[in-house]
Amino acid sequence: MSRIAGVFAALKAQGRAALIPFVEAYDPNRETSLTLLSGMAENGADIIEIGMPFTDPMADGPTIQAAGRRGLLAGASLHGVLGLVEEFRRTNNHTPLVLMGYLNPILSYGVEAFCADAARLGVDGLIVVDLPTEEADLLLPDAGKNGLDVIRLVAPTTSDTRLPLVLEGSSGFVYYVSITGITGTRTASAADLARDIPRIRAATDLPIAVGFGVRTPEQAAVVAQHADAAIVASALIETLQRENVDAVLRDVKALSEGVRGARQKAA
Amino acid sequence: MTTVLPNTLRNGPDGRGRFGEFGGRFVAETLMPLILELEAAYEAAKADPSFQAELDYYLKHYVGRPSALWHAERLSKELGGAKIYFKRDELNHTGAHKINNCLGQILLAKRMGKTRIIAETGAGQHGVATATVCALFGLPCTVYMGAVDVERQKPNVFRMKLLGAEVVPVSSGAGTLKDAMNDAMRDWVANVQDTFYIIGTAAGPHPYPAMVRDFQCVIGEEAKAQMLEAEGRLPDVAVAAIGGGSNAIGLFHPFLDDTSVRLIGVEAAGHGLDSNEHAASLSRGRPGVLHGNRTYLLQDDDGQILEAHSISAGLDYPGIGPEHSWLHDIGRVEYVAATDKEALAAFQLCTRTEGIIPALEPSHALAHVTKIAPKMGKDEIILMNLCGRGDKDIFSVAKHLGVEL
Repeated sequence: MSRIAGVFAALKAQGRAALIPFVEAYDPNRETSLTLLSGMAENGADIIEIGMPFTDPMADGPTIQAAGRRGLLAGASLHGVLGLVEEFRRTNNHTPLVLMGYLNPILSYGVEAFCADAARLGVDGLIVVDLPTEEADLLLPDAGKNGLDVIRLVAPTTSDTRLPLVLEGSSGFVYYVSITGITGTRTASAADLARDIPRIRAATDLPIAVGFGVRTPEQAAVVAQHADAAIVASALIETLQRENVDAVLRDVKALSEGVRGARQKAA
Repeated sequence: MTTVLPNTLRNGPDGRGRFGEFGGRFVAETLMPLILELEAAYEAAKADPSFQAELDYYLKHYVGRPSALWHAERLSKELGGAKIYFKRDELNHTGAHKINNCLGQILLAKRMGKTRIIAETGAGQHGVATATVCALFGLPCTVYMGAVDVERQKPNVFRMKLLGAEVVPVSSGAGTLKDAMNDAMRDWVANVQDTFYIIGTAAGPHPYPAMVRDFQCVIGEEAKAQMLEAEGRLPDVAVAAIGGGSNAIGLFHPFLDDTSVRLIGVEAAGHGLDSNEHAASLSRGRPGVLHGNRTYLLQDDDGQILEAHSISAGLDYPGIGPEHSWLHDIGRVEYVAATDKEALAAFQLCTRTEGIIPALEPSHALAHVTKIAPKMGKDEIILMNLCGRGDKDIFSVAKHLGVEL
């Protein structure tokens, strides 16, 4: 069983959802990212998503755009991101890591080499924002060969008839982009989720994670009542900008308590 | 191994929106259903004679098409070689070829029941053309424009505002066309129900490259007929400037199967191809994925997109339409480059000899014409797309010439 599947199986047994915090690699430097990764794992992160900085992050809002720019200024590259994973794995072999980013740096690295290196150094899954199902044959064979989960985005615009196509060849979990828009802007309501999540459940047995616009422990709790994981990114990046690493870890802990409390309430 | 060439080069793209290995649909899932809806709507419109008839009506009575074919006699004489003709798309309403495409797309938007228009713009020509058709059809319009371009194209910003458009300065990245396109895509993804995105060049996710090309092919089709009427034959060479490549593909496409016609696209070499300050994605880039399509891009070793540079805001883009990438790889079109300085010289030459102030974009095409025409015979013919007029550029040209206005 992959690390990701293992985590979701264990959480299912505990009757709770997962918290997936996000770290933009090298924002504002490599050391901070490394401290955040270890600290998040110790403060309730069940899976961690690492953003691979790109010059043109078309699906991201101002917060992640700025974080990506800071990362690139600090020297981030795909090799650098994989190096970060390698170092994290020296002390943590259980927390699944998912890389999220855009296609061009991966193409530039070489899809085959990237999948092989990523898997070897301890990456568990990939989210490539600008690689829809229609183009996914570019990545799926090499990801599959190396045991990397390819996590697909499902959006409110994805129709019921399109869902099976979008989910074809996906593994790990499904990433539900809960709003039409960019990261860190609007927030889906409990009613939205109550309407949308069952629609996706009907099409897949994979766990469903909800991202885009989840900011507070309360919102994470609402997500946890409906879905299998809450992804929090922009809010944590803002905390890091405004305060420091300790404050981010404090927020992660609070978010994780929100997620843990929720399922008990719902159950 | 022998390569069998297809008997026509005008069939692309394929079912996946690809020209060879270029093109495609590299967008986030939120946009994918919209792209598919757009493709279906465009296919239906193409098959509907009333759509083309409506477009033809506006092209004739509003834009003023067909645009003239002009024998640039004094310029030809001055260069002392080939006979040079201009396809005068600078005479269109709004002063450039951009309006051909905007009319096609807004008519499609209306057919689809969309009630809000967004666009990106570099030099401001596409923004002005979009704001113009929005005024014509009474639709609200938001134009994304790099903050740097807002500064260097003030007259066009004012024009757009007069036309009722909201102009949003984009300060992410280098604040130029690429960043404006990112923000336009972000707007679209947040307003999927009511908004139609009018892309200004023959790039972006399928079906945009094919659709924009189709709407711009009126340039080449008219020029071909006009050339036959004027000279009884096709030109020996056709030349056009390339940023994203919409005016060039519009001129070239109807000539792709006429093997006697040499086709030459001129990229912006900025301060020189080896200066790292240029916009020559074909000459100095390599294939990658940006803004929804696979194409030649200026990028670093890590696949991060590099900033382009050109004196012409309209050519200041690190990518190029995917069909050009394919035509480059199969060798049907030659792609060369002209520097800022060469374009400035051509700008002045055209103004002085023909009484036509060209935009800085076609000045790049003209710069290449000045290099090849003297080496050609007097009975040979060059057709050049004069795709925009230079009124918008006089301020920046003055600055480069050290003149204070």
